[in-house]
Amino acid sequence: MTIPSFKKDMFVMLIFSAVILTMPMWLKPLGAGYPDLLQKFAIFGIFAVGYNILFGLTGYLSFGHAAFLGVGSYTAVWSFKLLTMNVLPAILFSVVLAGIVAAIIGFISLRRSGIYFSILTLAFAQMFYNMAYSVLTPVTNGETGLQLARTDPRIIDNLLSEAGAGLPSPTLFGIHMSGYSGFYFCAVILIIAFFISQRIFHSPFGMKLQAIKSNQTRMKYTGYNTRPYLLSAFVISGMYAGLAGALMAVTDPLAGAERMQWTASGEVVLMTILGGVGTLIGPLLGVTIIKYFENIFSALNEQALLAAYSFMPDWLAKMMVTITSPFVGEGWHLTLGALFVIIVVFLPGGVMEGLGKIKNLFRKRPPDPLAKTLVEGQRQEEKG
Amino acid sequence: MSHIILEIDNVQKSFGGLKALHNLNLQVEEGKVHAIIGPNGAGKSTMLNVCIGRLAPDSGVVTFNGENVLGKQPHEINQAGISRVFQTPEIFPDLSLIQNVMIPAFARREGSFRFNMFSNLCSEKEVMDEASHILHDIGLNEQESDHAGSLSRGDKRRLELAMCLIQHPKLLLLDEPTAGMARHDTNRTIELLKKIKETGMTKVIIEHDMHVVFSVADHISVLAQGTIIASGTPDEIRGNPKVQEAYLGGAHL
Repeated sequence: MTIPSFKKDMFVMLIFSAVILTMPMWLKPLGAGYPDLLQKFAIFGIFAVGYNILFGLTGYLSFGHAAFLGVGSYTAVWSFKLLTMNVLPAILFSVVLAGIVAAIIGFISLRRSGIYFSILTLAFAQMFYNMAYSVLTPVTNGETGLQLARTDPRIIDNLLSEAGAGLPSPTLFGIHMSGYSGFYFCAVILIIAFFISQRIFHSPFGMKLQAIKSNQTRMKYTGYNTRPYLLSAFVISGMYAGLAGALMAVTDPLAGAERMQWTASGEVVLMTILGGVGTLIGPLLGVTIIKYFENIFSALNEQALLAAYSFMPDWLAKMMVTITSPFVGEGWHLTLGALFVIIVVFLPGGVMEGLGKIKNLFRKRPPDPLAKTLVEGQRQEEKG
Repeated sequence: MSHIILEIDNVQKSFGGLKALHNLNLQVEEGKVHAIIGPNGAGKSTMLNVCIGRLAPDSGVVTFNGENVLGKQPHEINQAGISRVFQTPEIFPDLSLIQNVMIPAFARREGSFRFNMFSNLCSEKEVMDEASHILHDIGLNEQESDHAGSLSRGDKRRLELAMCLIQHPKLLLLDEPTAGMARHDTNRTIELLKKIKETGMTKVIIEHDMHVVFSVADHISVLAQGTIIASGTPDEIRGNPKVQEAYLGGAHL
C-alpha cells in the first residue's frame, strides 16, 4: 500500500462528486432514476461510509449501529416538533446526540474485542429497540412511531411567522426536502461525508487505526494507548449513523423503532462486506448494489415473471416461474443471501477485490525476480 | 560504576507450581550491551515480559531510570523509553514496510494518543524520510511499499528491529534477534547491532547463538531456573565452571 498524494485525493473527490450529482441522469436508463430510491442510495451511503470507518479501519465488527440510526431519526423529528422545520438544527442535534450515545455504548463495549464486542453492541441496540416500545414510549410514541402534528409547539418557527394550515414539511430555508431537492441535499451531505472519510483514511490517525486492526499487541508495545483511538473511531461512525438517521427523517419526517432492529445493523454489515471492507468506495458500491436490486427484485411478482418468460413454451415458462418466484418479491432476501454467500466465498474482499482482479488482468505483470534469478542460474550452470 | 538504567530487584513469578523467576536480581548499566543467556525454560522471556508490563510479577521491584515500572500500562512503559523486539516477529502484516516504521515514529513524536484525523500523511515529509532512511539501513528500502506480511521471517525480524530503533529508545530489549535466521542474515544483524552499539543505546539481548553473544556483548548474565547464576564480562563467563556445568553441559567454548 502506498500513500496517495493530496492531488490524487482531490482528483478522486472531483470524480466522486460528479458521479453522485449526476446520479439521476445515469440511473434513469437503469430504472432507478426516481427521487425516493436516489435518496436511499445517498442516505445508506452515508451510513455505510461511516460504518466502514469503524469496521474497515479497526476491524471491530459492530452489530449495533442501527441504534444510532434510530437516535438520529428521533432527535431530528423532535427538533422539527419542538423548534423548527429547518433541517440544519435537526441534523446538528442528531449528530451530536448520536455521538454522545455512541461514546457511552463504545466506552463499555470496547472493553472487549472480537466476538464479545459484537455481542455487546448487538445487546445495546436490541435494548434501545425494545425500550422504544416500552419505557421510552413518551419519547418514541411506541408502535405508532413519532410523527409531526399541527399542534406541535415549533417555538422558533412560530416566533418568526404564523403557523400555516396543514402539516408543515422539513425545509432548508424554504426549500422543501422532498423529491429531487431532497436527493440533492442528501447528495451534498454524502459528498462531505465521503470527503471526511477520505481525510481520515489518509491521515496518521487513520493509519494508526489500520495498525490496530493489523496487530493491536504491537501497537500497545509501540507506545500507543489503543482504547481512545478505538473509541474515537466508534464515536465518529456513530455520528455518521446519526446523520443518516436524521436524513431519513428529513426526507420523510417520521421515526419508527423498526429502524433500530438488528436487521438494520446487519444490513450495513452486509453492504460494507459486499462492496469491500476497508476500501473507500467499496461500501458505497455495496449500498448501490443492494438497494438497487432490492428495488428491482422486490417489485417483481409471478405475473411479471410470466411476462418475462413469455417467449418460452408454456410448460417451461410455468416451471421457470415456480423455480424463480421464491427469489423475488417477499423472497428478495433469499437472493440477497445467496449473493452474499457467493461473494464471501469467492471474493472475500468484496466487489472491490473483483474489480482489482479485473484490473490486474489487463496490466502487464512485472517479471518475477525469483524466477529470473533461477533462470540465470540455470544458464550459468549450462555454460559451466 | 556508571549509571544503572534498569534494575530488577528480587522479582518472583510463578505459573501455577512452576517458579519461572526466583529471586531474580539484575542490573543493566547505561550504554552497555547486556546479554542474557541460559537454557530453555530458564525464564529469559518471562523476565522481559515483566520489564515491559506484559506480565505482573508476584513480588519484587523493577526500576527503569529511577522509576518503578510495575503496574504501568505497556504503552506507558514504551513511552518511558523501553522498546522490545519479540521472539516471534510482532509487526503490522497488513501495512506496507514504510508504514510499519512510520507508526513508531509517530508514537515517539505524538505520544500515546493524538487525534489528528485531518492532517495528511503525505505532508509528513520528515517522518517519511526518517522511515525511508532506516529501511535503507536494514536493507529493505526497495520493498518499502510491499506488505510486511509478505516478508521472510528474517526480514520481518529486521523490520521489527527498525521499528524499535526509529523510536530512539533508552533501552532496547531483544529477544533472540537472530533465531531462525540464515547465517548470512545473522551476520547482517550482527553488523547492525554493532552499528547501534556505537550510538550508545543500552541493550538487553537474549540469545542462544554464542557467536552473536560474544561478538556484541559487553556484559553477560547467565540465567538458570529463574535466577542469575553468574554475571560478568564475556571472558569471565567463558571461564566460569558453574556456567559451563549449568548451561553448556561441561563442553568448552
